[in-house]
Amino acid sequence: MKPIILSLLFTQIALGQVSYERIRRAEAEPGNWLTYSGNYQGHRHSPLKEINTINVSRLKPVWIYQMRDPGKVQTTPIVVDGILYITEKPHVVTALDGKTGRPLWNYRRAVSPDIRGCCGQPNRGLAILDDTLFLGTMDSRLVALDMNTGKARWETTVADLKLGYSITVAPLAVKDKVVVGVAGGEFGIRGFLDAYDAKTGKLCWRIWTIPGPGEPGHDTWEGDSWKTGGAATWVTGSYDPELNLIYWGTGNPGPDWNGDDREGDNLYSDCLLAIDADTGKLKWYFQFTPHDVHDWDSNQTPALIDGVVDGRMRKLVAQANRNGFYYALDRATGEFLRGAPFIKQTWAKGLDARGKPIRLPDTFPTEAGTVVYPGIGGGTNWQSPSWSPLTRLFYVMTQDGQAQTYFKMKEEYRPGELFEGGGFRNLQGAEPPGVVKALEAETGKIRWEFKTHSYTNAGLLSTAGGLVFGGSGEGYFFALDAESGKPLWRFQTGGRVTANPISFLVDGKQHVAIASGQALFVFAIN
Amino acid sequence: MPFRKYHQPAFLLLWTLLFLQTQRASSAGEIAQGERLFQTHCAGCHGLKGEGGSGPTLATLALTRAPTEESLIKVIAEGIPGTEMPRSRLDKGQIKQIADFVRSLGQLASERVPGDPMRGKELYLEKGACERCHAINGRGGALGPDLTEIGLRRGARHLRESLTDPEADVPKSFSVFRGDSSLPENFLQVRVVTKDGRRFRGARVNEDTFSIQFRDAASRIHSFFKSDLAELHKDWGKSSMPSYRDLFSKEELDDVVAYLISLRGAK
Repeated sequence: MKPIILSLLFTQIALGQVSYERIRRAEAEPGNWLTYSGNYQGHRHSPLKEINTINVSRLKPVWIYQMRDPGKVQTTPIVVDGILYITEKPHVVTALDGKTGRPLWNYRRAVSPDIRGCCGQPNRGLAILDDTLFLGTMDSRLVALDMNTGKARWETTVADLKLGYSITVAPLAVKDKVVVGVAGGEFGIRGFLDAYDAKTGKLCWRIWTIPGPGEPGHDTWEGDSWKTGGAATWVTGSYDPELNLIYWGTGNPGPDWNGDDREGDNLYSDCLLAIDADTGKLKWYFQFTPHDVHDWDSNQTPALIDGVVDGRMRKLVAQANRNGFYYALDRATGEFLRGAPFIKQTWAKGLDARGKPIRLPDTFPTEAGTVVYPGIGGGTNWQSPSWSPLTRLFYVMTQDGQAQTYFKMKEEYRPGELFEGGGFRNLQGAEPPGVVKALEAETGKIRWEFKTHSYTNAGLLSTAGGLVFGGSGEGYFFALDAESGKPLWRFQTGGRVTANPISFLVDGKQHVAIASGQALFVFAIN
Repeated sequence: MPFRKYHQPAFLLLWTLLFLQTQRASSAGEIAQGERLFQTHCAGCHGLKGEGGSGPTLATLALTRAPTEESLIKVIAEGIPGTEMPRSRLDKGQIKQIADFVRSLGQLASERVPGDPMRGKELYLEKGACERCHAINGRGGALGPDLTEIGLRRGARHLRESLTDPEADVPKSFSVFRGDSSLPENFLQVRVVTKDGRRFRGARVNEDTFSIQFRDAASRIHSFFKSDLAELHKDWGKSSMPSYRDLFSKEELDDVVAYLISLRGAK
């Protein structure tokens, strides 16, 4: 009996503890999905290969979980040893049995009537560390939950919701800390990124994404505009354990469409920040769109890739940016290496040698309206790209050929109210498609494209089975050949796909999951 | 493109005329201002004409969440918690102007026009055979827009133009993922050739990445996976409706327009 008890005890510890080392070596346990992007490098790639280009045609739903409250579903599940942990709208966390889809526990929190949000009440998922799950809430709190029961361990206030702050991002657990960003770029917030002690909820460091008086970059804001300049941090970043740097994108400057009262580059809006994970100090930054007036947040997931540029092996960080350009930077130094447009854009002639856009005249919003490609949804948005170490391609769901008319208006800041300085509208008479694109990671050169009838914020997952999974606005979840983009399988979910796919094992069998409409769909080959 | 037109009534008693002119003068101005605000702040989701986009269509008689002016103003001011509809930071006057415009979308003022609506109805049914493609109160075809509430949505000038020059204003919406429905509803004319050489045409009912559905002239629904098609053509700007310029005399056109103007909802 004794060895059995010991082995049970050991299993218990192994099951219950998702250590930093386990997340760091996520590739070593492809049966689990331990962090938002699957690994710290932001790859959203599964090393699983049971489902492949030949047998994917036999992929079938094994269970569907219907969420209770209607609203946008953007969750990426965390999967640990056969159990899925998902967020539901507005402040619900559910643990689901991977074999059957049956709920194991619920965490449910009251919703404050004061919550703000530009775009519904989405939540993109959880972080896990040891045996604790971490949830960010629309009322700007960070909550730690016991992964075995869903009971709250601690809760801390990250920001004042009455100023327009909210949290929609899946936190990132790094070492002994939980890193969490804020949304609110349409409410005149001053953005920041925080790290909290995972055990206690105590604030370890904060980095403001808009420098205060006396700090470098403060002079890129006119007058007091820095106080309400936005630069939110609403999409999960990536982490390089060797360099100990966190890479996190920042959002648009505020007000979105009227830059008249914030002359200057508006640092660090629309930037990629490289931040020391222990201290929160800024190592370097790269600004994609200086003085943005089109709401082109740079919150897209950065992918950490090692690749050869100009004959030299480089540690790269790659981002397909909402402004329509793909960028490859040196992730140790922030040096710009390569950049190229990946969709139709009409606002820049190109990028200069340092990666700065060469702006074309008459592209700023006006009172009468200015038509610019891309529209405010951008060339891509928060949905996850994917990078496959097998094909060495960077996959991204884009919106190509979509323009919008941008308007500028005068707007005074009022705490907690929308602060956008204008508006936008679609052009009539066009059906802009979504286009899944495969880019060469080192150059941004487009290798193949797959058009969907309509664009949607559906992220991509590449797998070692040679597949890329994605979704469409009309509700398809589909699989493409990772080498050619040829469609190999599809399933009509009956709702719009606005989430990122994942893959994992249940009882040794590969599963794929995607949230769509109001439900989570899980597929396998029987 | 003409959108909404307000005509002064031709024959009204003095007091009525004065009263209405006062009303219209202020409200038309307010509505125009509301339209401008709507196009800047609301059209991104609800479409330029309130036809719907990622937000629901607003060009309808009764808004489910805001059936009264008061409730509409409240929705615009406070948003709809839990949805993508945000609270507005516009001032009370501007919100009222937007509300006026939104309410005008489903409620075009009654228009005095020449022509006899009863004769128009006969022409609609017999000589024009309009029922083959259009439905009123659930009777008729589905190749063209339903006309049950057309008098609330379109003015006489627009209707006359639609009869004589059907392609002058073909719907151009592309709201493939509207909040309340996935249907395009723009009657886009499509032609296909299957891989085995068969040809079909009709008005698109729905479309997605992998398939398309359309209705042919006999009202049959066709559904194809795109992988089974050799050709797929979309005739933007085309209408399957013939021009009635030569079929109807000027007086007959007046009668049909008068009949259409009288269609103001299911009875």
